[in-house]
Amino acid sequence: MNNFFKVLRPGINSTFQDLGRFGLQHLGIVASGCMDQLTFCTSNKLVGNKISEGALEFAYQGPLFELMGETALVAISGKVNFNIIKKNGEVIKGKANESFLISNGEKIDILSTINSVYGYFSIFGGFKIDEVKGSVSTLVKAKIGPNNGDKLKVGDKIFFNKSHQVNKTNKIQFDFDKDNIIRVMKGLQIHYFSKKSQEDFFSKEYTVTKLTDRMGMRLEGQKLENTVNKNIKSEGITKGSIQVPGDGQPIILLSDHPTIGGYPKIANVITADYDKLVQKIPGKTIKFKLVDLPVAEKAFQDYVRKF
Amino acid sequence: MLKKITNIGDCGITCDFGDEVNKSTNKEVIKLFNFIQQSVNTRKLKGILNYTPSYNKLIINFELGQIKSQEIIEFIKSSDYSKINLPENKKIVEIPICYDEEFALDIKRLEKKTKLNFKEIVSKHLETNFFVYMIGFVPGQPFLGDINKSLYHDRLDTPRVKISKGSVGIVEKFCTIYTFESPGGWNIIGRTPFELFNINKKDTSILSPGDTVKFKSISKKEFGSFKNE
Repeated sequence: MNNFFKVLRPGINSTFQDLGRFGLQHLGIVASGCMDQLTFCTSNKLVGNKISEGALEFAYQGPLFELMGETALVAISGKVNFNIIKKNGEVIKGKANESFLISNGEKIDILSTINSVYGYFSIFGGFKIDEVKGSVSTLVKAKIGPNNGDKLKVGDKIFFNKSHQVNKTNKIQFDFDKDNIIRVMKGLQIHYFSKKSQEDFFSKEYTVTKLTDRMGMRLEGQKLENTVNKNIKSEGITKGSIQVPGDGQPIILLSDHPTIGGYPKIANVITADYDKLVQKIPGKTIKFKLVDLPVAEKAFQDYVRKF
Repeated sequence: MLKKITNIGDCGITCDFGDEVNKSTNKEVIKLFNFIQQSVNTRKLKGILNYTPSYNKLIINFELGQIKSQEIIEFIKSSDYSKINLPENKKIVEIPICYDEEFALDIKRLEKKTKLNFKEIVSKHLETNFFVYMIGFVPGQPFLGDINKSLYHDRLDTPRVKISKGSVGIVEKFCTIYTFESPGGWNIIGRTPFELFNINKKDTSILSPGDTVKFKSISKKEFGSFKNE
């Protein structure tokens, strides 16, 4: 018997993701992968999967879907407001970061993320989705990944692997960092910016704007003055690089970033603070703090301990 | 020559070959790129996630927790990679291009600016053996050079919102082929029906850094009946 979820409402930006597709950036293929790695891995842990198993990522409003098939163990991670709709129409408020059983004919309605952007939906045994070049991550703009490289659409069927045993439900204490400090290291072209602009960058607050997606986060704040050259020779890009185009407003390059780019980079977000960054909703402010490599490496060790 | 290696963030390094953008600098970049790729494939170097060559730099991304930047820097510095020969299997790829006015959106402006007529522009574009400097921005998009000096031209002041897939554009000494419909500011001189990128094929991208490209003029009729394998 085929087990699947029927998508009744796809949500704003619901895509399958895992930890990323690597080794192809020299051909223009960015790694992609889940935006918030800790929250992603948490959803897999909750259902007893290996932490790298493909999961469904949603942003702001998630999907509404109905289970057609056998009872399954699932979990939603993040700060998420969702309901479970029973066959008789009864609506039960769902609990995020706690796995639960869902049966034939029941619906899950992921209403919204709370004061955050991304959440994840996992199922014990994993979704039945095909890897493309070693990964189930989706890069919508190049149509790479499962589901024809596309976002979920109304009427899609999300098949999943039949689970031979149903794992026990599980609960994980979970909260996002509340502060707005994002630690960064010096960017390759930091010296392109005036002394005053460098000081501004590390002392003033920058606001997350609506022009933010899986590719990049545009910020608004004190204009940064480039005193050398507004363009550089195009060079490879790293996730978390903060580039500053001619208008002086920084853009942080996120998981689906272009593979090369020609704007000077003032700083790079450290790995340990990336998850915190991507969960900031438009209107929130962030403050950059300059650290060096040993601090970033130590922060990473503390970060991995949370997995 | 590799001038310096710098950390970019906590999980990347950049190998800088100097400010010059020319074939000989780029060949040095590609040499190191080939060496890193080979070292990753033979598992001499572990924890490497991506290696991205550009005109004058190679960026290496790694998995923090698997390897440290210092180990990669030492690995590169202790290797005599510059002695390795570029693989002999570098391809020469012939790419069909149609210069019909429907596709060559900017050729009229180029005629005025360069004081060359349409035929001269086309023949100067066709006579060049293009070197593939790098692939990227979006999947499979090649950056080729160097075009004939008489065709050098700046980027458009206002980029187009939408450029069709397959469009061939020139800026300064470079030529590119848009592999996806996208915004862009290059001067469009023609279009190819040839599919350079297909994620479902074993060789996802027809071109690799270091390859050679030669354009071949086709008519609009041939463009319409062209079939990708």
